[in-house]
Amino acid sequence: MALLQISEPGLSAAPHQHRLAVGIDLGTTNSLVASVKSGSASCLRDEDGKSLLPSVVHYGRDGEILVGRSAQTRQNDDPANTIVSVKRFMGRGLVDIGELATPYRFVDEPGMLKLVTRAGVKSPVEVSADILKTLKTRAEASLGGELVGAVITVPAYFDDAQRQATKDAARLAGLNVLRLLNEPTAAAIAYGLDNGAEGTFVVYDLGGGTFDVSVLELSRGVFEVRATSGDAQLGGDDFDHRLYCWVLEQAGLMTPSAQDQRLLLTRAREAKEALTEHDSTRITAVLSDGQVIDQELTAHDFQQLTAHLVQKTLLPVKKALRDAKLTAADIKGVVLVGGATRMPHVRRAVAELFGQEPLTNLDPDKVVALGAAMQANVLAGNKGDDDWLLLDVIPLSLGLETMGGLVEKVIPRNSTIPTARAQEFTTFKDGQTAMAIHVLQGERELVADCRSLARFELRGIPAMVAGAARIRVTFQVDADGLLSVAAREMSTGVEASITVKPSYGLADNDIARMLQDSMAHAQDDMQARKLGEARVEAESLLNALDVALTSDGDLISAEEQSAIRTSMDNLRHLSAQDNADAIRIAAEALNQASSDFAARRMDAAVRRGLAGQNIAEL
Amino acid sequence: MQFDFNQTYFSLFGIEPRFALNTPELDRRYRELQAQWHPDRYASEDDSARRLSLQASTFVNEGWQTLKSPLARGRYLLRLNGVDTQEDTNTAMPMDFLMQQMEWREAIASARASRHLDQLERLNSELREEIAALEGLLGGQLDAAQWDAASTSVRKLRFLEKLDQEIGDAIEAVMF
Repeated sequence: MALLQISEPGLSAAPHQHRLAVGIDLGTTNSLVASVKSGSASCLRDEDGKSLLPSVVHYGRDGEILVGRSAQTRQNDDPANTIVSVKRFMGRGLVDIGELATPYRFVDEPGMLKLVTRAGVKSPVEVSADILKTLKTRAEASLGGELVGAVITVPAYFDDAQRQATKDAARLAGLNVLRLLNEPTAAAIAYGLDNGAEGTFVVYDLGGGTFDVSVLELSRGVFEVRATSGDAQLGGDDFDHRLYCWVLEQAGLMTPSAQDQRLLLTRAREAKEALTEHDSTRITAVLSDGQVIDQELTAHDFQQLTAHLVQKTLLPVKKALRDAKLTAADIKGVVLVGGATRMPHVRRAVAELFGQEPLTNLDPDKVVALGAAMQANVLAGNKGDDDWLLLDVIPLSLGLETMGGLVEKVIPRNSTIPTARAQEFTTFKDGQTAMAIHVLQGERELVADCRSLARFELRGIPAMVAGAARIRVTFQVDADGLLSVAAREMSTGVEASITVKPSYGLADNDIARMLQDSMAHAQDDMQARKLGEARVEAESLLNALDVALTSDGDLISAEEQSAIRTSMDNLRHLSAQDNADAIRIAAEALNQASSDFAARRMDAAVRRGLAGQNIAEL
Repeated sequence: MQFDFNQTYFSLFGIEPRFALNTPELDRRYRELQAQWHPDRYASEDDSARRLSLQASTFVNEGWQTLKSPLARGRYLLRLNGVDTQEDTNTAMPMDFLMQQMEWREAIASARASRHLDQLERLNSELREEIAALEGLLGGQLDAAQWDAASTSVRKLRFLEKLDQEIGDAIEAVMF
């Protein structure tokens, strides 16, 4: 998209009408959907009366897709086609996930891995979208209407690639994303509003696959995040995995089959859960070769085996306190979130660190979804009497690669969002006409130790002596915690035409393909939305080009102008009809037909800026 | 809906353009402004309203961060008075100040190498005192319109804040 940024169509609010909006907790182990009905938030149940949807997707024969408990039953007999804990793979490459035992076949792709299933090679975004579609269907059945939007929660410590992947999954599921909300912040809303809490609180959120900690100040309807930290690869799954390794050691097993792996991991999880209530339990299983596993495990042994994992959560807690310039004694209460906080030794460690018993009066499995539902209700425009303000932060610093493979921080971690920062660049060689910019996220000094978010090249810089060129690049982090980068032409202040979406291996045309795949099975309302979106996009593109041709038409030849005009007429014509795909294709064609023009406008803008700069410097 | 992006941060927050700051008042105004402009208030509005709210809310955050930090506030006041602090170009600092910097660096490096958390915390509080003293000096210089002297103080503060960050990094490295 060279000329302008296109966003989702605005939703015009009809007054006095309750607009259906939901909060979705897309968890590693379980997912939930909640909504505010007649003033109070509740989790929506499926036809069996269950609110937790296991985050498991099974790709069966004949294109059948099972999600939730029905998928879970296929885990042991068909592990390779039954995807669990897919959240761990969002925005991640093979090198990131380490030695976690999984029965899957991966395809490594730049930025994000993919999974080989019977239904084809699936991106974690597509698998997550299947979970979200199930929740969307449940919500629409339960609320009796179409949703205007959803708030999707993400771990506070998710980086840009993971957030972007989550937002894409929601889009793919046909959801209008009102906001990506940090899980601990969502929990704080639910807890704070429920209890009228005031003061500084810590939310300790140990989920299935991620750990988050946030320090928040609650005062008169303002939820202000002071600092956040965590570990995006640490959760209840790791406790299961540790236990699973112990079972293998005890039984003298070296390399179990995928099926046995899955079976033993399930038994390990069950044993962990049993030890929350009991002092000891038995792990029993019959493996595929007939070998019988029967081991006794005490709570004490389990706690010893996993003590290092509990300790590992305390480091981010200390870090967040330090960043907030607070000590444990300043904390009024500690809210526990996530199923893994049911483990007694986790509770004990938190109580010890803060010198107080943690708060557990809300269901740790549901509190995030409930908070998200409350926020969704407000964002959808159903303003009640009570109104609140959320001030959240970016969890990880954003920086740029500088000479020698070092990272220069541009936006420090824990900056309140939305935020922006401009940086000026110059050339370092005589006659240099292009400049590579590499955006990274993380706290480490070396490029190799941070996550690469985007690389792009500024071209068309006029040849000058080294250091004379100056181009201003702006980094904007929006309220979802998502980054966009734009180059700005300096003398006139006109926003120039480079907008870079961080890349994580899923290109825009991938999304388009997935959207089309899912559209094939979708209902009419989806078609209608798609048509509406395509029309809005076409209209903005046409408007932008009209303006551009009026002001800068002289940059291109008459033939080029007339080619663009023809392409515009074609798009206008198709927009009046009902074929969304045709509109999109025509819009894409117009984009291509005008890309040279866009590039020349950028060049001209940069040159004007540089020319101005030159005169000033002489 | 309209937002003036050309106003100064002081006028945005409705406070006097001086170095001395009423922090609770700044924070109160900050929350008021965010309550008005935050993107959450415009989530259901059209594209242009959402874009304006994003920009306005970003501007409010920038203003708050600038005014909250004494160094950024001092630099900003100088800029409003047409003074460039030349932090990237003017590296000519008094010799005794540079000597002192070297001593700080050595002390931090040695405490970090020997993993002395107490020593690092002590250096941290000593440095904080020094920073506070320099901030006091900067305030006086700005009030008296002594721009050159204030510029030098800003440059010195920048050095000290870098040291502060180094100690923070060292403490984290030892703790974690």
